[in-house]
Amino acid sequence: MEKWTAYTDSIEETHALGEKIGAEAGENMVVLLSGDLGAGKTTLTQGIAKGLGVRRNVTSPTFTILKIYRGRMPLYHIDAYRLEGVTQDLGFEELMEDDGLTVIEWSQFIPEIIPDEYLSVSIHLLDEDARRFDFEAKGKRYEEFLEEIA
Amino acid sequence: MTLILAIESSCDETACAIVRDGKEILSNIVSSQINVHTRYGGVVPEVASRIHVENISTVITEALETAKVTMDDIDAVAFTQGPGLIGSLHVGVQAAKTIAWAYNKPLVPINHMTGHIYANRFVSELEFPMLALVISGGHTQLIWMKDDWTFEEIGTTGDDAIGEAYDKVARVLGLGYPGGPKIDKIAKEGGPHYTLPTPKTANPYDFSFSGLKTAVLQMIQREEKKGNEVSVADTAWCFQETALQSMVKKTVAAVKEYQPKMLVLAGGVAANSRLRVLMEEEMAKVPQTKLVIPPLYCCTDNAAMIGAAGYVAFTHGLFGDFDAAADPGMLMPGEKY
Repeated sequence: MEKWTAYTDSIEETHALGEKIGAEAGENMVVLLSGDLGAGKTTLTQGIAKGLGVRRNVTSPTFTILKIYRGRMPLYHIDAYRLEGVTQDLGFEELMEDDGLTVIEWSQFIPEIIPDEYLSVSIHLLDEDARRFDFEAKGKRYEEFLEEIA
Repeated sequence: MTLILAIESSCDETACAIVRDGKEILSNIVSSQINVHTRYGGVVPEVASRIHVENISTVITEALETAKVTMDDIDAVAFTQGPGLIGSLHVGVQAAKTIAWAYNKPLVPINHMTGHIYANRFVSELEFPMLALVISGGHTQLIWMKDDWTFEEIGTTGDDAIGEAYDKVARVLGLGYPGGPKIDKIAKEGGPHYTLPTPKTANPYDFSFSGLKTAVLQMIQREEKKGNEVSVADTAWCFQETALQSMVKKTVAAVKEYQPKMLVLAGGVAANSRLRVLMEEEMAKVPQTKLVIPPLYCCTDNAAMIGAAGYVAFTHGLFGDFDAAADPGMLMPGEKY
């Protein structure tokens, strides 16, 4: 499956959707999240973390760019919001080669480090609580991954 | 007498200070990069660490010269181990380890946020049990301190830190970085023109600012769709009142339940002028708890506060090893993973 769309009507439903992603994720996977400020990127990541078995609450990584959580495998939560217009080597590629799931918000600001294969989720704010999630899988492994989530 | 040399480089300030007995500042040198980062709308990690490298030796030399002491007089080297930007932290950690090794001094690793709390020792003796409201770009926490150097988190943000919400709202309003002072200033010209939802949390002492940030964005989009011009001052006023009222209310409720001898504010957002007024108003109703608001120079990142916390950690014998590494996600002492 290359594309899939999901709708949620509450934070709880967004968490549940994220949980499925976290539960099905395999090692070294990369998930890109896009959407305006307030679309729900961190909210979806909170669900992903839960699905990975992370017990700690996931909070916004904007300030430190990267937060690492321990679950059944590590979750690397990267937020490139502050990196707009700058090219630099932050060592993120090394993380993505480690065993773990890398979730990247605002990945459009760091195109040079995005691998060829990934799952992207574009989040659209419909109204106060309703959101649309457009999934796109790049690469066979991610197409199978999306099959499991959908 | 104990002299601590303290180094801080967790974000965009490269700083070194010499502090006597944890409460007297002999020197406090800060080299800020804020002008560089304003161009980018935020701190740029790689730029930040490069500038830290350029500045670190200068600030250390200047701190010693200003304090009129030499390394022989120093009892320990305290440094910020985390939380912060990895590249930035790394520069300070390496500098601290190098000096400590070269001059054979003990190392005292310090959590940046405990530094903000202990900065209050420069203006007042701390009285325990104490409650600390720690508010910055990366944190919004209520910390219960039963005794000196014990920390228990009784509330925290479930999503964005308050300083981050300020930065993001400021960016949407075209006010630039850092958002806190800009919103604080322009809000003085605004009024209650818009209604924003009060943040809700399951635990009464937890915080949430992500929903409020989203509500501001949606409100602006709604007004623009209707063809109305959005008032920046009114939006800033409404955002600030909603965020601060909610935070102050929760803090005062915690004060009433826990009955500390003292409430201290800590962190960069403690510099907010409206927060200071609101806090004083509300805490006047709880006279049994003393309110300490740090002076402005203690709110921003500096090394003196690391020296203040470093002194207390030093007296508790909390020394670090030479394999100590920067810890960008460092937890508060006692905080559970």
